[in-house]
Amino acid sequence: MTAELPFERPLADLRRKIEELKKFGEEKQIDFSEEIARLEERYRQMEEELYGNLGAAQILQLARHHQRPTSLDYIERIFTDFIELHGDRLFADDLAIVGGIARLDGIPVTVVGHQRGKDTKDNIRRYFGSPHPEGFRKALRLMRQADKFRRPIITFIDTKGAYPGDTAEMRGQSEAIARNLMEMSSFGVPIVCVVIGEGGSGGALALGVGNRVLMLENAIYSVISPNGAASILWKDASKADQAAEYMKITAADLKAFGIVDEVVPEPMGGAHRNPDEQAAAVKDAVWRHLQELLGMTPEELIEDRFRKFRAIGRFTEAQPEQTAECADYAE
Amino acid sequence: MFKDLFQKRKYATIPPERLRAERPKREIPEGLMIRCPKCGNIHLGKELEKNLKVCPSCDHHFRLTVRERVAITMDDGRLRELDAHLESVDPIEFPGYREKLEQQKRKTGLREAVMTGEGTIGGYPVVAGILSFDFFTGSMGSVVGEKVTRAIERAMERGWPLIIFSASGGARMQESIFSLMQMAKTSAALAKFHERRGLFISVLTDPTLGGVSASFATLADYIIAEPGATFGFAGRIVIEQTIRQKLPDEFQTAEFNLQHGQLDKVVHRKEMKAFLAKLLEMHASVYGHAPAAAEGETAVPADHEDREASGEPAIAAAEQAPETSGKADAGAGDDPVPAAVTSGAETGKGGSSDDR
Repeated sequence: MTAELPFERPLADLRRKIEELKKFGEEKQIDFSEEIARLEERYRQMEEELYGNLGAAQILQLARHHQRPTSLDYIERIFTDFIELHGDRLFADDLAIVGGIARLDGIPVTVVGHQRGKDTKDNIRRYFGSPHPEGFRKALRLMRQADKFRRPIITFIDTKGAYPGDTAEMRGQSEAIARNLMEMSSFGVPIVCVVIGEGGSGGALALGVGNRVLMLENAIYSVISPNGAASILWKDASKADQAAEYMKITAADLKAFGIVDEVVPEPMGGAHRNPDEQAAAVKDAVWRHLQELLGMTPEELIEDRFRKFRAIGRFTEAQPEQTAECADYAE
Repeated sequence: MFKDLFQKRKYATIPPERLRAERPKREIPEGLMIRCPKCGNIHLGKELEKNLKVCPSCDHHFRLTVRERVAITMDDGRLRELDAHLESVDPIEFPGYREKLEQQKRKTGLREAVMTGEGTIGGYPVVAGILSFDFFTGSMGSVVGEKVTRAIERAMERGWPLIIFSASGGARMQESIFSLMQMAKTSAALAKFHERRGLFISVLTDPTLGGVSASFATLADYIIAEPGATFGFAGRIVIEQTIRQKLPDEFQTAEFNLQHGQLDKVVHRKEMKAFLAKLLEMHASVYGHAPAAAEGETAVPADHEDREASGEPAIAAAEQAPETSGKADAGAGDDPVPAAVTSGAETGKGGSSDDR
């Protein structure tokens, strides 16, 4: 049974009512099938209404759902022969990032992702999926290895952001993120990135410079957490919902902006309702995009990736005396 | 009952604004006297400016405007501005963003938070970028990302070194994902730049944080900082909330970062220009550059000669800039800041006849 979110309560209440009625009917040997059918119909309608019109704030809750599948959940369902590799060879093994080599439909690939914990204890070990510099450097080491052996790279993005702690700063959090951005842009292998949950700021982007960037339907991708934005804008972190709406952080928004290449649909109610089905959909999408990229030379892949990111940005470039808008740089 | 008499004495409170307003006309013109936020000493504004806005008592480096930075860094205080006409739009229709932009423009007289251009330092031609903390806390949105990227590309085209003075609170929230992606864009451009053996010097000034520090500002061959400049990824308050501890005062200062291996050098403002010139000189053989002054005027295309005279120092402070190569070059900066320049204009070759 999946845990319900506040906005899902009416739906969950109805479900409980249906179950109770069923049980009552069985116990008392009364036929309620007509009523049950009617309620089931109403449930389906409510479900469609609710999930068909999710606002950014609700999507944010789904993206952060504690039962939402993590990188490792996808890795075990999508790949075979996964060998997890550890450490940045400089300082430590940051468990907020997992990575290794595996096969995707028989092809060796390198896979890297942010890793949230499954429970409190696991979350503490993994810093709730917020990497230190050593995490980003581990990811970089594995991606360089992929580049060397000409293996495609698949990344899973799911973090609130880079860990904002003093030790992270002392070891060069900025530099670690920046270096990943720069080097990812110059690897001569296909890179497909999938935002599976929360794509939070620079810590997310540090695994996000891909030829293709895919996003799950209820994932978000944002320059700052809505809570952070709210506390800057209104000095009130509790207005995160409003900030989430303002900031256009949903998969649909990013697809419309041309920043995300494909939105991977989720089962009704979110990825956590059916991780197997979700993983199959992710695999299908990744595989399709990879097929297209596998035919390209290293130079073409680098150029393709460069062009994708070079084109992002919206501004006007007025020549003196005239105001010509060329706002749609992002295509 | 009597107690109340002694306990609750009510004072009328006068709001400080009114207090100030009611004070007799002893008003000091703004900027005449400036109190140093670090040591508390009060200095004559003029004196402070003469001292490159460094506190004579404690060496605190005040933040500079873009124009002041140009004046004390570029030869003759001149920068031929590039892409001056790029302006922000409101890509995600963020409430209040357009108004805020207008307000920032009025306040600073700038169009955006970065100025890029060409000029010379110690006679060596460079492409330079200077971020303005005054404008929207130097935050990086589409325009800053694009101008920095174009500056990188311009430096590549010219075969000139690139110098960027950073000062930024980070990414520009109001452009959301577009702002975040500028980190990837500028970094990708630098990947190409470095692959072609370009020289990039990053100067961190107070403060350099977030999306700027986690992209181009740390992807340089040399990372130097002004004394006391704050430099880091996350802000102090956020970190204190995370670790539930008070951080020491020196946390994230240039000196702290130097100690932790995050910087090459901390350079005093008064020595900055000479230091940059020295670094450029030490790479001259790589670039095949000689200082423009040494090359002589003959290297300057003829059509630029007559413009030489027009190169007035950008601001008054330019005259206070340390004297370096007196007659730098005629070509590289025929338009003073802030005059608008068409970006594609034929440019002087920085006086160097053999740049690539």
